[in-house]
Amino acid sequence: MRAERMITPIVLFVVAFLVTAIPFERSGGNFAGTASFLTTFLTTVGIYAIFTLALNIQWGYTGVFNFGVAAFFLVGAYTAAIVTKDPASGEFVQYVGGFGEFLSPDFLDAGEWLPFIVGVGAAGMASGILALLLSVPTLRLREDYLAIATIGVAELMRRIVIEEKSLVGGTNAMVGIPGPLDGYFDPGDWKYAFLVMVIVFLGLLLFAVERGIRSPWGRVLRALKEDETVTAASGKDVFAFRMQGFVLGAIIMGMGGAVFGYGRGSVGPETFDHFFATFLFWAMLIVGGSGNNWGAIVGAFVVWGVWTISLQLNGYDLPGVLQVRIFFIRDLLIGMTIVLFLLLRPQGLVPEQRRVSSWLDRRVRTPSDARPPPEAGAAGGE
Amino acid sequence: MSTYADRLRGNIRVFNEFVAGPGLWVLITLLFTYAALFETQLFVIGLIVGSVLALGSIGLTLIYGVMRFGNFAHGDLMMMGAYVTFFLLNGTILGQRRDANIGVGLNDLPAGTERLGDLTFGYSFLIGVALSAVVLAIVCLGLDRLVYRPLRQRGSSIVTFAIASLGIAFSVRALLLIIWGPDPRTYVSGIHKAQHYPFDVVLKTDQVFIMVVAVVMTALVYLLLFRTKLGKAMRAYSDNPDLALVSGINTDRVIFWTWVIGGSLMAIAGSLLALQANLKPELGFQLLLPLFAGAILGGLGKPQGALIGALVVGVAQEVSVAYISAGYKPAVSFMILILILLIRPRGLFGDAN
Repeated sequence: MRAERMITPIVLFVVAFLVTAIPFERSGGNFAGTASFLTTFLTTVGIYAIFTLALNIQWGYTGVFNFGVAAFFLVGAYTAAIVTKDPASGEFVQYVGGFGEFLSPDFLDAGEWLPFIVGVGAAGMASGILALLLSVPTLRLREDYLAIATIGVAELMRRIVIEEKSLVGGTNAMVGIPGPLDGYFDPGDWKYAFLVMVIVFLGLLLFAVERGIRSPWGRVLRALKEDETVTAASGKDVFAFRMQGFVLGAIIMGMGGAVFGYGRGSVGPETFDHFFATFLFWAMLIVGGSGNNWGAIVGAFVVWGVWTISLQLNGYDLPGVLQVRIFFIRDLLIGMTIVLFLLLRPQGLVPEQRRVSSWLDRRVRTPSDARPPPEAGAAGGE
Repeated sequence: MSTYADRLRGNIRVFNEFVAGPGLWVLITLLFTYAALFETQLFVIGLIVGSVLALGSIGLTLIYGVMRFGNFAHGDLMMMGAYVTFFLLNGTILGQRRDANIGVGLNDLPAGTERLGDLTFGYSFLIGVALSAVVLAIVCLGLDRLVYRPLRQRGSSIVTFAIASLGIAFSVRALLLIIWGPDPRTYVSGIHKAQHYPFDVVLKTDQVFIMVVAVVMTALVYLLLFRTKLGKAMRAYSDNPDLALVSGINTDRVIFWTWVIGGSLMAIAGSLLALQANLKPELGFQLLLPLFAGAILGGLGKPQGALIGALVVGVAQEVSVAYISAGYKPAVSFMILILILLIRPRGLFGDAN
């Protein structure tokens, strides 16, 4: 049992060590370079943690089965881009919208923050509407119907982006998306500020989700995941609650897409393939432990850490056989990690807590060892 | 408020029962008649694509019927079958800089590549596909032993199975990329002349061959399911596992043969597909949508439904090219899927439940 508890800290430590040590060694002991690298790394982890958190609401808490995170990611990122950018100019750059100028009135430097807030909101809304539309035909049915429908909608969205060239630029990425507050910083230093913004945003989300999940509303969601029939029998409208969980998750994914676009400065259709934009988040959630928000964040850190390490390894003088395959090997490892976690450690690195409500926590102090065995609330939803 | 919702639900049920079912058949008949009359060429191509999809959809639906989960690795395993055939034919894998060849392959058989009639391949291809079917059946059985059976024994939910199969799907794709690389592959190179048929239809002989094989395989599966004791057991198990168990049907045997049939069909379908298009690892996941659309349209768990569903999806996809950009082909299967889920989730042949 003791050895069991040590797994998570050990994994975290190893990943953190490698992510720090390899760039330090590669840059020849350059602290500033390593710090800059780590900032980018942590920003990405923060952004992906937003998606994993959202997926955790959908799957970990509500038991709704979304295999099309890419669709909501894409819709969020593009919506934020067209809200924030200035209108398209020139013959070769075509996209709709471009409200950046409109949202930059002369007061309190509004151009530095207003378009971004509106952009995040619009991204969440667009993504939420998509989820709402999708939930009507699918949420009453068995879980796998929603899974295949979400794969379909992700494919559809990507096709629309590519085929409708005047909508959001087709295969040409939307470039030059401004970043929030970037007027106040040197171009080289802005990423540190952005990391802070991502962490604050993630913190706010985490706080809100934790509160929501411990509320009576959240209890219904979790009950739904455990046993739909019993929940329905106690008078809860199963469909309505599942829809709320699904749409809320999608809204957060859309917001995550917006933050991704601001951080990257460009969005193109190639980002939103099924492996990168859907499967990776599932890997993060399964590794971290579904049904636990901290697990979602830990999972994002570990999986993205492994991803980054594999990129870094390519800098070394690897044998050619490995060099041409390192990315495919990484993909294989991540795919197999999911299967192995489902088989061997379905509860993930951070198991779900069996806490019922914040009110009960204050009343009854349960010793932490009195938890039921981890299988009971495991990732598989057994 | 609840009374209104109840009434609505009742109406939906009536609609599903008496309007949507016959309505779907009418729609399909209209689509086929229209396509056959006005887009004959695309209609025939659609039937060919649909018959290949059908082999995949039938496997998918059988696995679903017996094991009750959607196999999201189906498309990628089909690609694996196609790549195994490719490897067996000429022994080529991705080397350090360019392709490496192990030097032996079925193409080295005496007169193995001598073209059969107007086809582009020789008998080595037929042997390759047969062997690939065996390999894929073994791969599927291995996956079942290592992954699905432990999950079954633990009584995992269908969702766990689905996520596991998604993990397998991406692992298989990565494996294909590691072994054969991302470049498109073809079985045979060279120009392939098309033949003219009545009604202005132009087809390559390979395409006719694809259709014939697909029809023969479907007939074999039909005979197996409806004319043998094993098939009876499989259908019984798929209809009602508990009742099947009580009647003394051996679950392990049913599951074993489901994987064998599903795996062989994957390899055959994948190889046939690669015969008329380039072989690419990414193709596997893109196949998933039409495969599922076909299986769901026919009613999950119903092989005869999967056949018709896949043909409809194939025809609809190909005929759509005449009206919208070819890039929207996957969107067509998605639209069919959403339509079915909206008006009749149990599909054409599914049981009322």
